[in-house]
Amino acid sequence: MSPETILTLAAAVLLLPLADFVLLIFFNKRLPRQGDWLGTSILFAALAASVTILIVKLTAYPEETLRWTFTWVDFGTMPFFGPLSIQLGLMVDNVAAIMLVVVTIVSALVHLFSIGYMEGDVRYGRYYAYLGLFSFSMLGIVLTNNFLMMYVSWELVGLSSYLLIGHWFEKKSASDAAKKAFIVNRVGDVGMFTGILILFATFHTFSFDTIFGAIQSGQVPFGSNAWLTAAGILIFCGAVGKSAQFPLHVWLPDAMEGPTPVSALIHAATMVAAGVYLVTRTFAMMTADALMVIAYIGAITAFISATIAVAQTDIKKVLAYSTVSQLGYMVMGLGVGAYTAGFFHLTTHAMFKAGLFLGSGSVIHAMHHALHHAGDHHTDAQDIRNMGGLRRKMPITFFAFLMYTLAISGVPFTSGFLSKDEILAGTLAFGTLTGHYLIPIVGFFVAGLTAFYMFRLVILTFFGEHKDAHRFEAVHESPAVMTIPLVVFAVLSFFAFYSFNPFGASSGWFYHAVERPESVVPVAVAAANTGAFEEALHHVHGLAMLLSLLMAGLGILAAYATYYWKKIDADALAARFKPVHQFLLNKWYFDELYDATAVRGTLALARAYRWFDNTVIDGLVNGVARWTVGLTTGTKNTWEEGSLGGVFYKGVAALISVYIGWTAAAALLPPAAGIVVMAGCGLVGLAVAGLTFFLFYAGVGGFDNKIVDGLVNLTAYLAGFFGLLTRKVQTGKVQTYLAFALFGVLVFFLWFR
Amino acid sequence: MIENFILTLTIFLPLAAGIVVLLLPSGNTRLIRMAGVAGSLVTFIVSLALYVLFDPARAGYQLVQHADWIPSLNISYLVGIDGLSLLLILLTTFLTPLALIGTWNSITVRLKEYTVMVLLLEVGMIGVFASLDLVLFYVFWEAMLIPMYFIIGIWGGQDRVYAAVKFFLFTLSGSLLMLVAILSLGYFASIVPNGHFTTNLVELYQVGASLPVNVQLWLFAAFALSFAIKVPVFPLHTWLPDAHVQAPTAGSVILAGVLLKMGTYGFIRFCLPLFPNAAIQSAPFFSVLAVIGIVYGALVAMVQTDIKKLVAYSSVSHLGFVVLGIFSLTEEGMQGAIIQMVNHGLSTGALFLLVGMIYDRTHTREIKAYGGVARLMPVYAAFLLIISLSSIGLPGLNGFVGEFLVLLGAFRSVTLQSPAYAAVAGLGVIFSAVYLLWMYQRVMLGPVREGGLYGGHKLTDLTKREIATLIPIVIFVAWIGVYPRTFLSQSALVSKRTVEYLQGVQRSAPAPLTMRAADGSMQELRSR
Repeated sequence: MSPETILTLAAAVLLLPLADFVLLIFFNKRLPRQGDWLGTSILFAALAASVTILIVKLTAYPEETLRWTFTWVDFGTMPFFGPLSIQLGLMVDNVAAIMLVVVTIVSALVHLFSIGYMEGDVRYGRYYAYLGLFSFSMLGIVLTNNFLMMYVSWELVGLSSYLLIGHWFEKKSASDAAKKAFIVNRVGDVGMFTGILILFATFHTFSFDTIFGAIQSGQVPFGSNAWLTAAGILIFCGAVGKSAQFPLHVWLPDAMEGPTPVSALIHAATMVAAGVYLVTRTFAMMTADALMVIAYIGAITAFISATIAVAQTDIKKVLAYSTVSQLGYMVMGLGVGAYTAGFFHLTTHAMFKAGLFLGSGSVIHAMHHALHHAGDHHTDAQDIRNMGGLRRKMPITFFAFLMYTLAISGVPFTSGFLSKDEILAGTLAFGTLTGHYLIPIVGFFVAGLTAFYMFRLVILTFFGEHKDAHRFEAVHESPAVMTIPLVVFAVLSFFAFYSFNPFGASSGWFYHAVERPESVVPVAVAAANTGAFEEALHHVHGLAMLLSLLMAGLGILAAYATYYWKKIDADALAARFKPVHQFLLNKWYFDELYDATAVRGTLALARAYRWFDNTVIDGLVNGVARWTVGLTTGTKNTWEEGSLGGVFYKGVAALISVYIGWTAAAALLPPAAGIVVMAGCGLVGLAVAGLTFFLFYAGVGGFDNKIVDGLVNLTAYLAGFFGLLTRKVQTGKVQTYLAFALFGVLVFFLWFR
Repeated sequence: MIENFILTLTIFLPLAAGIVVLLLPSGNTRLIRMAGVAGSLVTFIVSLALYVLFDPARAGYQLVQHADWIPSLNISYLVGIDGLSLLLILLTTFLTPLALIGTWNSITVRLKEYTVMVLLLEVGMIGVFASLDLVLFYVFWEAMLIPMYFIIGIWGGQDRVYAAVKFFLFTLSGSLLMLVAILSLGYFASIVPNGHFTTNLVELYQVGASLPVNVQLWLFAAFALSFAIKVPVFPLHTWLPDAHVQAPTAGSVILAGVLLKMGTYGFIRFCLPLFPNAAIQSAPFFSVLAVIGIVYGALVAMVQTDIKKLVAYSSVSHLGFVVLGIFSLTEEGMQGAIIQMVNHGLSTGALFLLVGMIYDRTHTREIKAYGGVARLMPVYAAFLLIISLSSIGLPGLNGFVGEFLVLLGAFRSVTLQSPAYAAVAGLGVIFSAVYLLWMYQRVMLGPVREGGLYGGHKLTDLTKREIATLIPIVIFVAWIGVYPRTFLSQSALVSKRTVEYLQGVQRSAPAPLTMRAADGSMQELRSR
């Protein structure tokens, strides 16, 4: 297969789901079964194509990066800038090829699973259309070779996420969650956008290769390495939003309001991993400082969310915080320089986490049916305290779920063991290289916590006895369309798909295919190079593996002791450490914190501005109107009816006010003032004049709608004022002409009145 | 030759249509509506000829027509277009029939006068974008004011008189100063050696650039105040929410879609090239106001309780982007500003149409009165979502292209010399998502109201007529988003020339100007 064929195939993989979306959004009502078969088969076709691409790429072109570009906009040559044309295009390297398969496999299986899970939904056809839109945008992120298409696809996955979280928009919690997801992501995206602007303003291109090439040749934004670090961190802001990293992680748990298959596809396996993917794509341009920030953000995220997961009782919330925590792991891995490990964990995690979510979907589905059957509308179908014993009723779901749990806990012979072990070894190596030992400490601690809360989940859900025997009778295993995807993901959680050595990934195909790219940043600000990192890694690898096994074992043991053998009373413990438990249960109060600061702050500011707008700005305008009406009217209403005395009095008052205002402005005006100062002085003068006039007329003349009279006077007032002010600047004949011009103004005005 | 009169034809066709409408019997509402729509549609079709005849690769004004008007003062009827005018004229002729069709049943009293007013308004708007003589421009500028004043004042909401007078006063007080500046500029043209009084824009470009900086600043200020009121630039925006909220739907559509663009158009066409030094000096000042407007407008929009007011304040925010793009004095910024003008015309025009459509059904604009509408009006929900997203600046739709180019221009602007403008404007990008999605959530999502009643009325989804009104707009929203080149290429040369001209000026300080005073002796115009 030629490179052109691969690229064409890749373009087809990208565009097929788009066609799917367009067809389904317009015609889902007219298609049999609302088109679910169409979307599903298109995604399976895309999966087949992606697997083909991956195999051919790895066997025939293992080293090359295949590219295809075209010109989108051509600005020609620009002053101070040089030639500018925006090139867009696709690229397929090993990372993209692997990611293609990850995305299409999860998407295809989720399509299949949804046939069972979403059966009879109110907006079934539209649901499938949105899945197509999501797949298209996600593949856009995977295949792009430039920041612009990355950003466009980035926003589009955000849109599909918004639409799918809000799928059941009749529920306030769902529409709230959708909005929250979009807005929190936007915060990160603006940072990313600014980072892209920095790069574009410097390098005049969006292309990854060209930008990296330029950096390698010694060019940095605005000639400063600090700007390069800033650009890196700003771009990482996009990842912080999309991959739900601290401090923008708060949207992801809420996003579980969406249908569970959506959580599996978007909010566990693929879209949230886009941030990690972005970091792998831009890894080469990250300076040591930027990577340090990335590593700490990842570690903090992993720690916070793992502690929260321990206390949650909603099955999806536990999985959601577990996802945030694992994403933190990947980000941390990339930050410490364990590039391959970070991306490897993305891949393995996509499989077992998608499986976990679909498994929880299967459980929730069964619980719903059972509760419905029992006529129970109050019990929460997602609360693990209402479950138990499901292992006997749902054996396939149980075994699959157990497999995923072993994988995420890092038990040997699973994929998760391989990838997690590599990340932990990476953090330890990073610690020895830089002295930042906090990161490996967090890493190992979180590994233990993960094993603990995951086994807690499995034990409470599947083991023990069910609370309600009557309800339990009605629980059934899910249909085949739902269990087949579960089995596939369970199989893919085995080590053998990634490396034949169950205790080391580095000899497997994955590690050969994905190699850490050399940094392109100036040596002075670069992180430890690959050689040094490998060296350090080699020394700590054995220790890391022992420690990670120990932590996983301890976690599992603790979970069994507490929830299975009940040697430890969880409730008593929670009561004993009530503040801690409350703190974790309430997710470290992040939502409350943001609500009290960002949300309320913005709203308070907005309300203050609204007040300012209605009271000050509008008040000023209405006040001016009042004065000018008062100028002629006194007690009478119109110019014609105005008493001569009143007009005279007001005329004199106006002249005096204008004179005072003018003097004030003139006194303030420094020589050679710029327009800002002039305008400022003019405004002050106007204000003084207005105030004076107001004093003359306080209490006289009310607001009147016949402002046309007021207009005459306002004009005369303004014209006179500006005429006087102008005189200071102009000498000679100019003012004569201005006087004529003012006369002209009045003539024109009368004509147009 | 058609080139010689096509522009004049486009300008005055709606006037002819207006006269025809005036002759129709007042009782036959259907006929009047048909005539109004037909008149504006024919104008649109004729204006397409402008697109065909216009050559974007040629610099300068095209399809120029010249006729003497007041020969003794060299004031003439001079019209012509460049890429910028072309886009805005097409926007005008495109939106006017849609505004009429979209509000087919909304107006029931004095329908004939209303239709005539809308057509007259169109004459004024096209005229403004086509005039190359300052007095002619001024006449069109003011002429357009009158029908708008009546549209708000007669067919508006409860506080229509207040809103109309406020609108009128604001615009007029600005434009009077502009008239002073126009006449002064003509005078300055007459005191240079061999000069003569003129208001011909092309001739005045050279005069303006040769004026001492402080004189430029005063004239610039007079023009800029007038345009800034129209845009509106913070803090001169206060007429806008009142006018928008009180105006009938078609009025709001045209007001937001086209009238606001006259201000930003004025900046690019007059303020920048006529007074280049003043423009460069005041660029930071206006950019600061623009950025304040972006954030301020978005925040105030966020806490509105009236949907129409929310959209009105969002205009303040969006137009801030346009002003920022213009005063970045970069080519991308300028291009972004121009495309953003078109975008805002389409998106906000469509938003007002959509608000009008639901208002026609429920007779309430209070956000609180809604909720769950998406369930009852799925087609409406889809349109509102697409247009909101376009306004939010979602990539793939039009708003993104404009915002992107503007921020890029502001970011690397040599004149502004600080990325801070772009960074703060970036907040507007976040806030726009907040206020629009929040509005969308409160109006469209959530459970259906009890009994499906909104303001005491049942809801029915969009009619074929309403869908037909919105579809053309959505097509352009997507077209600009995916392939902006079609539109950007029209204005590319204008942006390039304007920016190059200004940057040329920036590098060379203006020479002191010698003038011929009234007594014939030569004297240097003192700068202070």
